[in-house]
Amino acid sequence: MTLRNDIEITAELVAEHGLKPDEYSKILELIGRVPTYTELGIFSAMWNEHCSYKSSKKWLKTLPTTGPRVIQGPGENAGVVDIGDGQAIVFKMESHNHPSFIEPYQGAATGVGGILRDVFTMGARPVAAMNALRFGAPDHEKTRHLVSGVVAGVGGYGNAFGVPTVGGEVEFDERYNGNNLVNAFAAGLADTDKIFYSKAEGVGLPVVYLGAKTGRDGVGGATMASAEFGDDIEEKRPTVQVGDPFTEKRLLEACLELMQTGAVIAIQDMGAAGLTCSAVEMGAKGDLGIELDLDKVPVREAQMTAYEMMLSESQERMLMVLHPEKEAAARAVFEKWELDFATVGKTTDDLRFRVMWQGEEVANLPIKELGDEAPEYDRPWIAPTAPAPLAVTDVPQMDVADALLKLVGGHQVASRRWVYEQYDTLIQGNSLQRPGGDAGVIRVEGHETKGLAFSSDVTPRYCEADPYEGGKQAVAECWRNLTATGAEPLAATDNLNFGNPERPEIMGQIVHAIKGIGEACLALDFPIVSGNVSLYNETNGRGILPTPTIGGVGLLPDWNQMARIGFAAANEVILLVGAPANRGTHLGQSIYLRDLFGRKDGPAPHVDLAHERRTGDFVRKLIRSGIATACHDLSDGGLGVALAEMAMASGIGATVTDLTDQNPVLQYFGEDQGRYLVTVNLDPQGEALADLWKEAETLGIFAPWIGTTGGMDLVLGSARALPVADLKAAHEGWFPSYMDGVAA
Amino acid sequence: MKSAVIVFPGLNRDRDMIAALTKVSGTAPTTVWHQDADLPNVDLIVIPGGFSYGDYLRCGAIAARSPIMDKVRAHAERGGKVLGVCNGFQILIEAGLLPGALMRNTSLKFVCREVKLEVVNADTDFTRGYTKGEVFRCPVAHHDGNYFADGDTLARLEGEGRVAFRYAEGTNPNGSLNDIAGIFNEGKNVLGLMPHPENLIEAAHGGDDGRALFSGLLGKAA
Repeated sequence: MTLRNDIEITAELVAEHGLKPDEYSKILELIGRVPTYTELGIFSAMWNEHCSYKSSKKWLKTLPTTGPRVIQGPGENAGVVDIGDGQAIVFKMESHNHPSFIEPYQGAATGVGGILRDVFTMGARPVAAMNALRFGAPDHEKTRHLVSGVVAGVGGYGNAFGVPTVGGEVEFDERYNGNNLVNAFAAGLADTDKIFYSKAEGVGLPVVYLGAKTGRDGVGGATMASAEFGDDIEEKRPTVQVGDPFTEKRLLEACLELMQTGAVIAIQDMGAAGLTCSAVEMGAKGDLGIELDLDKVPVREAQMTAYEMMLSESQERMLMVLHPEKEAAARAVFEKWELDFATVGKTTDDLRFRVMWQGEEVANLPIKELGDEAPEYDRPWIAPTAPAPLAVTDVPQMDVADALLKLVGGHQVASRRWVYEQYDTLIQGNSLQRPGGDAGVIRVEGHETKGLAFSSDVTPRYCEADPYEGGKQAVAECWRNLTATGAEPLAATDNLNFGNPERPEIMGQIVHAIKGIGEACLALDFPIVSGNVSLYNETNGRGILPTPTIGGVGLLPDWNQMARIGFAAANEVILLVGAPANRGTHLGQSIYLRDLFGRKDGPAPHVDLAHERRTGDFVRKLIRSGIATACHDLSDGGLGVALAEMAMASGIGATVTDLTDQNPVLQYFGEDQGRYLVTVNLDPQGEALADLWKEAETLGIFAPWIGTTGGMDLVLGSARALPVADLKAAHEGWFPSYMDGVAA
Repeated sequence: MKSAVIVFPGLNRDRDMIAALTKVSGTAPTTVWHQDADLPNVDLIVIPGGFSYGDYLRCGAIAARSPIMDKVRAHAERGGKVLGVCNGFQILIEAGLLPGALMRNTSLKFVCREVKLEVVNADTDFTRGYTKGEVFRCPVAHHDGNYFADGDTLARLEGEGRVAFRYAEGTNPNGSLNDIAGIFNEGKNVLGLMPHPENLIEAAHGGDDGRALFSGLLGKAA
């Protein structure tokens, strides 16, 4: 057998492909000869961190991934969860961090495109999207440019594709100065009996290429995304792909139409490492070989080499195995949508991955080993040390009203309207709750009462202080946000963003965060059904804050019994459900300390998972029985900020009574976990409320009456009254004035 | 009442529009694919919103030159009704069925939010569900909705009662001249507007202010 081998494989070339010497030795051992240049490219694509999860696999395996509603857990293009009535929600979250820093518009746009494709590849029509975005310090010179480009890119792709963006996160911290994070989430609806998978079946069947043509864009993208950044970052721009939402929209319609014809046996989108990853995955999963003839691949430019075609990350492409007798019908669908359709290969029975180019065999590799034999590391790690607790007397004082106004108008809490108004939040006509509340909610089209809630959460500063508690908190916060609408949290996707795993302290963060996530998912019956890992988020040796983003989905049986965050009416009782005896106690890692006093010390707040579960289940019951008139969970900025958000969302004020024996700063700005504000339209002296308290007490939940809604002001105990209009002006003001170059 | 919705590749509010027409009239509109040779025999042709041909070249420019648009033009010349929403409005302008131009929003950003619309002329089949001067809520979602026309054209539009809707109460989201949100052709049988009344027709949308456009229109033609 002669393989084209024009380019000599040197140690430098191997290193440039991101392969370590021991990994290269493994390749030599596996194939018994020196690989061709194309083969080296294939190995680098399959064995990089992004595609192989080689540093995280050992730990990811520990996550709970099953449950009575889980149809498909991790390992496919997206997770699939049963929502009843023969329907399923198909969802995943994926990062596009590195490309979005190099070229913010296209990086973010193709991140959205990639996740949408993951969802419709499985036969689901996308119905909701979210984006968790993290940027450097507001006053860093690149931040505005990145915010502006990323937000425009997310909108540019999602709006044109036609999916409502219903939620997300935007956060700033200097630790993202050199590496911003773009975590894109998408969810789609499918019939449970029409889910499509990537596993090929049957020998000698056509492998068909669909969608856009292959160009040179993105060659080596996955390898780039598995390396740290240095000062040469600008030179990496050519590795970023360019998105075309118009083609993606046609690809969606064509794929869904094609799937109805019964022609599709297996389907895989071409994402990271394009043709290589998709072909190997389809073959390896089905215990089949794949033979590709690259001369049949539709190309955008002439004279592309086999190496470039195999590693191109051109967007909006799909690979399918089709029933041969239905090939003509399938072709007609794609021609109608004016998309490329080409039979580029066939399935074989010899478990080899063969690539032909200009009549020569340029690669011939064992297909199973390409995936299964990817290196897996048990990287050394050291357990993180938790910061020392704050002294009991260490409560820096500030006037409560001043502090609240500053926090509400600061970068952490300020309204994200500037961002989400650039996203189409209502297309498809099913958006019940748009961004700005606890979770985005859509109704399930074709069903009278059913709704789905979506939330994306993580508190990176907690994860930095204590990755284990932070991991737990990310899951609990997501579960809590879904619960606060009245939804039953079903399952989640995780997008784990960390620094360089080859550093033991970073690996320690990963190990502990995954442990925390796993424990929380188990305790809350909230399995992880899909996910993505993004490592090497470092620039010049400095890593990001550990950021394991959790994207969750919840089910509302009847959206008429759904809670929103705005106060519903005046003269309603405000309950703080899940409160500790002193309402709030924990100031460590709070935004009160960080944003008002420049302090990042103290331990992260503890999440009591059993209490979390009981409290959430109780709150959900209050919402579904119609007793709760509004609901909001407490997070950044504690009770004070949560009350302000409920008031601002409705224009209705509230008066809250101080606890006399607790420091007001702790009461109003402590970030204790597992708490909700619930308003009820009940007589404070009446029997119904007494019954509610009795039930709470039986469950071990403290739900004190802390105040009453009404008026135009928010009055926090003895602090001066704050007009809701003033709070709103501060809250709405920060983002636009920041982007105009005024605030920082 | 018979209506048809034309679908060009890249449009994405066709499903929203079909749902609105179906919910309000009780009958689903016919869907026309842009390559179909003929229009069905209907009273109302609707071109919904989205990003036909990816907004490449110029919003609506490519779809406007599609052969089916000759049929739409003929339908309008016969007095048939044509409604274009958002990208549909852009296509009608590019096709010469409505005057003026829709430029990039002054913010240079896509904008999706709720605005207030004032009904400027309620004396047409499209707007008879409203009363003159009535202000109602309506969402917008667009990048290029900044209406522009030369002085003479603008004067004619205003003078001939051809401004259908105006952004009210300071909610102009795009910098449109005279706060114009929607306009008629001379015969007032063609209406183009940027906002999306189809996304505010039922309780689940948080209101039904947009419904009167469809109920007024469909009731008349039934």
